[in-house]
Amino acid sequence: MSAVLEIQGLNKSFGGIKATDNLTLTVEQGELHAVIGPNGAGKTTMISQLCGTQVPDSGRVLFKGRDITRLAPHRRAHLGITRSYQITSLIMEMSVLDNVALALQAREGHSFRFLRPARTITHLRERGRDLLTRVGLADKVDHATVALSHGEHRRMELAIALAAEAELMLLDEPMAGLGTQESLEMVALLKGLKGKHSILLIEHDMDAVFALADRISVLVYGHIIATGTPAEIRGNEAVQHAYLGEE
Amino acid sequence: MDTTLLIIQVLNGLQLGLLLFLVASGLTLVFGILDFVNLAHGSLYMLGAFICASLTYALGNFLLAVLVALPLTGLIGWLTERVIARTLYVRDHLDQVLATFGLILVFDTMAHIIWGPQGIAVPLPDWLTGQVSLGGDLLVPTFRLLIIGAGLAAAGGLFWLVNYTRLGMLIRAGASNRTMVGALGIDIQLLFSLVFALGAMLAGLAGMLIAPITEASIGMGNSIIITAFVVIIVGGIGSIKGAFIAALLIGLIDTLGRAFLDDLFSLFMSSAAAENSAPALSAMLIYLIMALVLALKPQGLFPPKVR
Amino acid sequence: MTRRAWMTLAVLVLLAIVPPAFYLSGNAFYLSLATRLVILAIAAVSLNLILGYGGMVSFGHAAFVGLGAYAVGIPAHHALYGGWDALATNSGWLQIPLAVGITALFALLTGLVCLRTKGVYFIMITMAFAQMIYYLIVSIEEYGGDDGLVIDSRTELWLFDLDKPLQLYALCFLSLLVALGLVRMIVNSRFGMVLQGAKGNPERMASLGFNTYAYRLTAYVISGAMCGYAGALLGNFTTFISPEMMDWHRSGELMFMVILGGAATTIGPVLGAVIFIVLEEILSSYTIYWQLPFGLLLIVTVLFVRGGLAGLLGGRK
Repeated sequence: MSAVLEIQGLNKSFGGIKATDNLTLTVEQGELHAVIGPNGAGKTTMISQLCGTQVPDSGRVLFKGRDITRLAPHRRAHLGITRSYQITSLIMEMSVLDNVALALQAREGHSFRFLRPARTITHLRERGRDLLTRVGLADKVDHATVALSHGEHRRMELAIALAAEAELMLLDEPMAGLGTQESLEMVALLKGLKGKHSILLIEHDMDAVFALADRISVLVYGHIIATGTPAEIRGNEAVQHAYLGEE
Repeated sequence: MDTTLLIIQVLNGLQLGLLLFLVASGLTLVFGILDFVNLAHGSLYMLGAFICASLTYALGNFLLAVLVALPLTGLIGWLTERVIARTLYVRDHLDQVLATFGLILVFDTMAHIIWGPQGIAVPLPDWLTGQVSLGGDLLVPTFRLLIIGAGLAAAGGLFWLVNYTRLGMLIRAGASNRTMVGALGIDIQLLFSLVFALGAMLAGLAGMLIAPITEASIGMGNSIIITAFVVIIVGGIGSIKGAFIAALLIGLIDTLGRAFLDDLFSLFMSSAAAENSAPALSAMLIYLIMALVLALKPQGLFPPKVR
Repeated sequence: MTRRAWMTLAVLVLLAIVPPAFYLSGNAFYLSLATRLVILAIAAVSLNLILGYGGMVSFGHAAFVGLGAYAVGIPAHHALYGGWDALATNSGWLQIPLAVGITALFALLTGLVCLRTKGVYFIMITMAFAQMIYYLIVSIEEYGGDDGLVIDSRTELWLFDLDKPLQLYALCFLSLLVALGLVRMIVNSRFGMVLQGAKGNPERMASLGFNTYAYRLTAYVISGAMCGYAGALLGNFTTFISPEMMDWHRSGELMFMVILGGAATTIGPVLGAVIFIVLEEILSSYTIYWQLPFGLLLIVTVLFVRGGLAGLLGGRK
């Protein structure tokens, strides 16, 4: 196996508070690597540095061996990194299908194309419908995004992440705010992705993490205190002390 | 160019800079704390000038008029906050800009109705109309020195207020974390009204100080507000220190540019070409400076802390 | 057809028929009012492209209108009084491309700086750059400075004789149709989807792989150039141009038209221009203090009318 993503000694502070503290982590080819940690452990800050909306104070981020630490977000997307958002981050003014079609459009080079109406471009619309069907939203394609439920928004997030057909998917709490049944369905969807993409999964839902992950890393105060298989993490005393024991 | 002229122009630049600071500090305070863009801030500058003009005639004394006019402009600011601005805090900047643009039309027309279409000259007491010798043949109008003195005093007072008083502490806390100040049990609405009134008084003071030189006139606020915008953009929106430094910088660059750019140009081009191009460039100078600063530091020279 | 499409059609048909009918029945004044209205509508439509669809609150669009007008006035001035031979002409083959080109260039140069910033910075900077052009024109004495410049002869065009009011109106109205069609085409294209996406959620668009800066800048340049064209028409209509055309109050009025009529709708800016011109005409015939009710109306519109008139009358899309 070779590493798709390597994070080496990442540091980031905000006014004296270390949000990321010498963070080192790898995601192997085809692996689903989950990161867990208590609230305020710095998970979102980590994701932001991986997708380029924040620049670390020091350390490096390598994607397939290439240094992308300071690369602009849209360039990382071109390389094959996609992300979903913890707080639903869709374009509410557009329809469900428009949102996914835009993600597909992003893969086809530049969009300085002014003549043809975007909604008549069949292959984007068809592929968008397929993806929405895959996440169980076939009957909602033409709805206004703003009119969908939270659970449906989470599924849209996943469909958009899939649209990129990215090698590396950064999934920021895809289960956030979902009910039990919805969570189970999301776990089933994510299981279907395993092996096809390398995935870095940030998640609070322990059942989901232990059901899905190949490896788990535990993030506390911006630092990884342990990495291992689900079984190893379950048995790790430091982890139990720092995190699992408190739950 | 001779030194006397240079010193006089530097003093003029300083005077413009300080007036700009008085206008810009209110803008930047209101924006920093309330996240509110107030286009009508220039109207308060104009109203300060008009009210002071009327009071000068009524009371027969300019300085007395200023003292009475200050709380009055503060009151107008207070009322503006209560009636209009308050409902706009939750809206986006576009709505704030449009509504306060409407407010300008209202204020300008009200001034037109009350004071008529003509500008009003403001007479100064005799002891302020003369000139002071600053050594040699360097003569400076007394009133200009007063403006500079008053501007510096107001700037100093503002620094003291913001940095060393309880109100100032709340203002600084409110600028960085609004909910926290609310959670501390402080009447945030009262704080907002006070800040607005303070900003209005500072802008009004600037209008009162300039009125004896330029007259009080309708629309006088409309050009200074843009320059004040340039000041707070260059200084970093929300930063009082930034506003102060940028105001002096802009005031000096604008004044010196207009005074000496043609001399400077004629050093390396024909005097005819210099005479043609210098006014055009000096008219654009402060905006080009702004563009340069933004190209290098998009958040301005002293960006406020992340909120 | 949807209700909104009917409304769009109705407004355009009325604009096509009513003003010429007034003119032919001896009321030249109303045609001239409608000409101004239609020209401002073109400017508002182009502002809507970036304000409504792109979320870029430009408070400096009057500068583009003014620059476009001076691109007609300055060549005409030299054609009459001599000097600057390369520019001295009344031909539309030079004046119109000059108006479009110079405003596109100005939009590109200022956009490079403005679009690095967001939100309130953007509003203030567009305003400041517009003011810069204002003071630049004021400082050039040859073109009248503060006093403005009379355009002695209108642009010479193929097919249209702009000295004839009806033909001038026809050109303006056709230009409005083209502007509406152009903006609609851009908005619905793949480019337009990216533009609207960048308004709704710029961070998401970047993470999808779109360089939103380049898309916004392109839209800003297109909008500026369209406004410049409107300015060239305005110069031909008024035959007198002055820096006052670029005052930031004029920019505010353009924004008001877009918001009042309904941002991000096809016909909204045109409706806004209609209401603006008609109200201004009616109010100012009653009182010289017409700006007072006007300002109050603006405040009330912002506070209570969300989605503009197109939203009120035409329902949701």
